[in-house]
Amino acid sequence: MKDYQTLKRNLKKDLSTLRKCKVALLGDSATQMLATAIKGEGVERGVCIDLWEAEYNQVERQVMDRTSLLYTQDLQYTIVFQSTHKGMEQHALLKEEEKAKWAEERLSFVRNLCENSKTHIIYYNYPEIEDTVFGSYANKVETSFTYQVRKLNYQLMQLSQECKNLFICDLAGIQNKMGRDQLFDSAVYINTELLLSLDALPIVASRTLDIICAIEGKGKKCLILDLDNTLWGGIVGDDGWEGIQIGHGLGIGKAFTEFQEWVKKLKERGIIIAICSKNDEEKAKEPFLKNPEMVLKLEDIAVFIANWKNKAENIQEIQHILNIGFDSMVFLDDNPFERNMVREHLPEVTVPELPDDPGLYLEYLYSLNLFETASYSTADQDRTRQYQAQAQRATASQTFTDEKAFLKSLNMTSVVRGFDKFNTPRVAQLSQRSNQFNLRTIRYTEAKITEIAQSDAYMPFSFTLDDKFGDNGLIGVIILQKQGKDTLFVDTWFMSCRVLNRGMEDFMLNTIVDAAKRAGYKHLIGEYLPTPKNQMVAKHYDRLGFTPIKRETVQQYILDVAGYQPRECYIHSTV
Amino acid sequence: MEKTDILKQVQDIFRDILDDKNIILSDASTAEDIEDWDSLTHIQLIKAIEKNFSIRFTSREILSWNNVGEMLDCIKSKL
Repeated sequence: MKDYQTLKRNLKKDLSTLRKCKVALLGDSATQMLATAIKGEGVERGVCIDLWEAEYNQVERQVMDRTSLLYTQDLQYTIVFQSTHKGMEQHALLKEEEKAKWAEERLSFVRNLCENSKTHIIYYNYPEIEDTVFGSYANKVETSFTYQVRKLNYQLMQLSQECKNLFICDLAGIQNKMGRDQLFDSAVYINTELLLSLDALPIVASRTLDIICAIEGKGKKCLILDLDNTLWGGIVGDDGWEGIQIGHGLGIGKAFTEFQEWVKKLKERGIIIAICSKNDEEKAKEPFLKNPEMVLKLEDIAVFIANWKNKAENIQEIQHILNIGFDSMVFLDDNPFERNMVREHLPEVTVPELPDDPGLYLEYLYSLNLFETASYSTADQDRTRQYQAQAQRATASQTFTDEKAFLKSLNMTSVVRGFDKFNTPRVAQLSQRSNQFNLRTIRYTEAKITEIAQSDAYMPFSFTLDDKFGDNGLIGVIILQKQGKDTLFVDTWFMSCRVLNRGMEDFMLNTIVDAAKRAGYKHLIGEYLPTPKNQMVAKHYDRLGFTPIKRETVQQYILDVAGYQPRECYIHSTV
Repeated sequence: MEKTDILKQVQDIFRDILDDKNIILSDASTAEDIEDWDSLTHIQLIKAIEKNFSIRFTSREILSWNNVGEMLDCIKSKL
């Protein structure tokens, strides 16, 4: 974590090459230093935060006034910091019967903001201040401030499930980790009206940027683990599968058990787990197969690499199999040499500086918040199985010399549907995560996907892909936008890289041309907007037989619907 | 510690926080003499000085100094 001074210095750098992001910051206390920290942390993440700060203590006015700059500017994010401190003052001045309604009032204000704003809202929840007016008895008194703050934090969670554009930044969680005396500094408050200590500012800024980056599709997808002294204590090659330190009871073993439990939770949340270890493969797998204390089993691991090659090379191999960006990978290893080696060769991979003491692994990793996400669906839980199937497919394809014969042998089927309430979370999630196979990289939230589904101006398509090795789930999306009576514009076309080289693009094009024809349209217009990551699809429309047409600065392509010959592919449509 | 040693260390902190290698402090220096020394950087300077000397100022002390000399006296009294 960089300190405040470093973040402040970042603002003097040349930011002209960074991606711009328009953000508003509203607060009920002084926010200039928070603004500086957020902008500085943005630079760390490669984002130029173009920040509009509302005047001091104008949260209410800005939110209630529909003509305020908050609504009339073209903003992407609205960050709101309403402090517990100011809330406590407000609560103290209320009549007894009003005190029980403080949380409700504040919540309806936040609801109002979410409903009126078209931006993502990042709202800091409330770190508790234990005023001890009632002592612990406050838990029994609905009008107590402690009671109201806890109620509000709970109701904010509920509201964020309801309002898709609301993202809670867990300031209360940060205080749980740091402690109140570290989060709040009275000298800073008295001299500057800022309610966060200088040491807290970079942490709060970092957690804020975590949310922005997750929404922009920059979340981590894969955790790569070393084995000896990372996943268990000791060296399996020397100590044997039964001699490694793992398991409850006295001693260091429980630190590794609890670490594995954390990894298992991540796997169940949809993070892909890979192993990268310097070991004989057979020896390395023995604990997973034979040691009953192991929480992680082989079926939790998507890719297992144990050999004597260098780790940078092995991580490249993992990247090749999984087909995800290096910047979406986290590598954990107890050995500083291996960490430096990977940092040097693969600078995009996140390599945390694990503490020497395994007992400290978890608390240290909690402090990094590596796996922020902007969406979650139950389909995430199947991801490991899907990537394991991917590895099997890779092996199977080697036995075929003829690609067509291989594709045929897969027995691929696809379900094509519009957007409905079942697939909307997954569509939105894929929209946020797809970076490589994404023609225009327009990010859609669940709210926006629902809007598109209900609008007459669009024809939306979602695609799944199933084959004999397993179901990949929903892997592709096309959104056609109606332009006049003849033309459909391909507003969005993205696909998961898991299903590359399977003829899915051909199947998708056949499907949309067929739909266009039946609806009486004459042309499809496609467009490629380059990003640092979507080079893969630069020639997408050329490959599919579209004709290039130059439109000012962007490259567009046209396809004549009437003359279209369905493209050969080996995927069958099912319902 | 002599007041001149304290002055030197405080001067280094000012140079670092205000990103200006040419800052020269004296007992008579005030915020008006030094560019970028405003209420926000003031608190940064205070926190850095506290860390450097392992001391704590009270909120009143922070508001009371009229010039650098008074601040140095306050530091000296805590060492």
